[in-house]
Amino acid sequence: MSKCLQAFRHGVCLVTLTAPGHPPWECCTAVWFNCSNHENRNGGVNRKLDNNTSQVFPFPSVLNEEKLELLRELLEPCSKFFEEVNDPGKNDTLEMVEEHTMQGLKELGAFGLQVPVDLGGLGLTNTQYARLVELVGLHDLGVGITLGAHQSIGFKGILLYGNKQQKEKYLPKLATGETVAAFCLTEPSSGSDAASIRSIAVPSPCGKYYTLNGSKIWISNGGLAEIFTVFARTPMKDEKTGEVKDKITAFIVERSFGGVTNGPPEKKMGIKASNTAEVFFENVRVPAECVLGEVGEGFKVAMNILNNGRFGMAAALSGTMKGAIAKAVDHAANRTQFGSKIHSFGVIQEKIARMAMYQYVTECMAYMVSGNMDSGATDFQIEAAISKIFASEAAWKVTDECIQIMGGMGFMKDAGVERVLRDLRIFRIFEGTNDILRLFVSLNGFQVGKLKRIYMLEKAGMSTGLTLQGTVHPELAQSGELYVCILTDEQFVLERVANCAIDLYAMIVVLSRASRSLSQGHSSAQHEKMLCETWCTEAYDRITQNIKFLRSGTSKQIFKNLRAISSAVVENGTVVAPHPLGF
Amino acid sequence: MAARVLVGVKRVIDYAVKIRVKPDNTGVVTDGVKHSMNPFCEIAVEEAVRLKEKKLVKEVVAVSCGPQQVQETIRTALAMGADRGIHVEVSGKDYDSLGPLQVSKILAALAKKEEASLIILGKQAIDDDCNQTGQMTAALLDWPQGTFASEVAVEGDKLKVIREVDGGLETIKINLPAVVTADLRLNTPRYATLPNIMKAKKKKITNVKPGDLGVDLTSRLEVLRVDEPPQRQAGVKVETVEDLVGKLKEAGRI
Repeated sequence: MSKCLQAFRHGVCLVTLTAPGHPPWECCTAVWFNCSNHENRNGGVNRKLDNNTSQVFPFPSVLNEEKLELLRELLEPCSKFFEEVNDPGKNDTLEMVEEHTMQGLKELGAFGLQVPVDLGGLGLTNTQYARLVELVGLHDLGVGITLGAHQSIGFKGILLYGNKQQKEKYLPKLATGETVAAFCLTEPSSGSDAASIRSIAVPSPCGKYYTLNGSKIWISNGGLAEIFTVFARTPMKDEKTGEVKDKITAFIVERSFGGVTNGPPEKKMGIKASNTAEVFFENVRVPAECVLGEVGEGFKVAMNILNNGRFGMAAALSGTMKGAIAKAVDHAANRTQFGSKIHSFGVIQEKIARMAMYQYVTECMAYMVSGNMDSGATDFQIEAAISKIFASEAAWKVTDECIQIMGGMGFMKDAGVERVLRDLRIFRIFEGTNDILRLFVSLNGFQVGKLKRIYMLEKAGMSTGLTLQGTVHPELAQSGELYVCILTDEQFVLERVANCAIDLYAMIVVLSRASRSLSQGHSSAQHEKMLCETWCTEAYDRITQNIKFLRSGTSKQIFKNLRAISSAVVENGTVVAPHPLGF
Repeated sequence: MAARVLVGVKRVIDYAVKIRVKPDNTGVVTDGVKHSMNPFCEIAVEEAVRLKEKKLVKEVVAVSCGPQQVQETIRTALAMGADRGIHVEVSGKDYDSLGPLQVSKILAALAKKEEASLIILGKQAIDDDCNQTGQMTAALLDWPQGTFASEVAVEGDKLKVIREVDGGLETIKINLPAVVTADLRLNTPRYATLPNIMKAKKKKITNVKPGDLGVDLTSRLEVLRVDEPPQRQAGVKVETVEDLVGKLKEAGRI
């Protein structure tokens, strides 16, 4: 094993440690560290490590008895509503949420879950919200997106950045669903590159209003909303230089201002019940009081809104996966082939076990992030991004395997699973594509300044003396392992580094939760221990493989080849190799 | 015009749960099993709240007898629109043997204490299917009763009740104060909305002991044994009508 400090041109420092490759491994632990850089006289960088595991160990428990009791009471009628009133198949076929269902949801109070109580909402914490959103995810993702586009991002900006007048003016009607909200960032030429948006809001000479022009695309609730959170460039004069630059500003725009129109509902692969439309702003007069946050700070507002709502996705998808697993297991336990119930066959057993692990990890991530947010953490963007990436990909795999287990039945509309798979596909794309988020995770993790580092610690020869002994339950001691990756600025590398980070965070959250279950003596604790150990063993292998690959000479050649192949195909417009038959 | 309505709500095992008998055959398994408000009690609460919304009644008081957990059931009634709740504390052996006779004594005492002029109950509970509490309560109070109500209308100081009976529908007019028991078609209970659940938290639930009401909880019944219904036997397929007749004769049916 080797331990070395390396300083890179970017000024980023990493502690690289490798674990012995042979069993039995020493007890290792997974830790997120906060650390700061100190430049030393030789131009190198020393690390000052703070051991701050309090965010992840023990598993956060942020709801007191009273809040838990309330949550239980709220869950009941919601559950009943989704079982008895909402018809996901109908919503999918009609390509809209049925009118009476929409009305029922508004009366139920589902449109203002996190609006403060004194403004007509339920004032739920993030964890309580997560639990309710999990229920919605279990039943109908189309409805989930309609509600999420409204409150998770649509008017979240007002909750986070609104001043007193804006909150009092807009939140009460948004809470009852009398007005519906939408989040308008994406444009035809600006998706992942959100900073390049072209919508423009020109301030009037008197300064009392802005004139907004632009078009937004793929806006959820675009056809239903009355209140829009719109992002547009505003020309700003630099006081010192007199130079005029465009900076993005966030606005609350009401349809009633005039000039706001929308296109027809888009025809989609999934979440058909959710309304998606283009929204056009033509010479819309937006009063200056409708600026959300500071002028010119719009990009930060946008990113924070998205960041703030991400945990909801992981929560919803953990519910979706539970549903898929239940359907798969129901089939496997009843279907007889070759003289036995198919759940007795190894192939099916592996599928079910992996589905269970994916769901467990996602659930751990969702409630870890929401718990951290409720405890007042302000620095959860990486974890939120990881949870979104993991949850969306896990849910796709789980639902796909559910269809596989169900065989032909799974493919049939009536079984209700193919709809879920179609609904899930968008989750890897919207709210920040997983590809972009991976780059974000790895780049953010290695930013100079205030950093989170991933360390691999080996018990023997660990001079930092930092360990998770005492925080991780002794039964799990074998499973915690950490890794460190060498960073370059190639996207090929960044993606793999991000995957290591994701696997690492996944290990941490399951260790944390399983430890808690073991210490609390839950009846399910041994089962959770198995989930945890299996996951960690495989995650460790994946991470080691990734690092090994990144360090090897072959990786450089592979990346070069990948680049070259891609160039050739792009240049040719299609595959390059001629047909084996010659034509 | 009735000023105060008492509505009895019972906490029972949820209708969707598969019931299992305890291994010692003394009763059914209730630990860790999902419970909810008796469906007929929900209908009773809904009717009371509707009367209040029509301003025919001033206050709706929800009552439940049992251990700490029945407070959840009272809270559900409050979330549906009841104004306040009364929790009559009964637990342990007393709760196990609590039946219509004891509950009706409690309700009668409460009706007098609270000066209620109308009591609405569910026609029966889905766990014991007794269908006795409403009738016994009316008898103890010497009040008229309108049971199996599928429609209730206030007409001055009288109540018009349409009852579902085997032969069809019977319409009766009874004086207030009265006891009404709700049947299935009386109304469709509303969903408790989330904001109402939050508001219900501020509504008051008072605790009362049966002793304070002067009620003796001794049961005249002793449960000897609880068994599952016999397993449904598999059917038999026959080829011809003659076979069918033969089998029926064998079984002594014809």
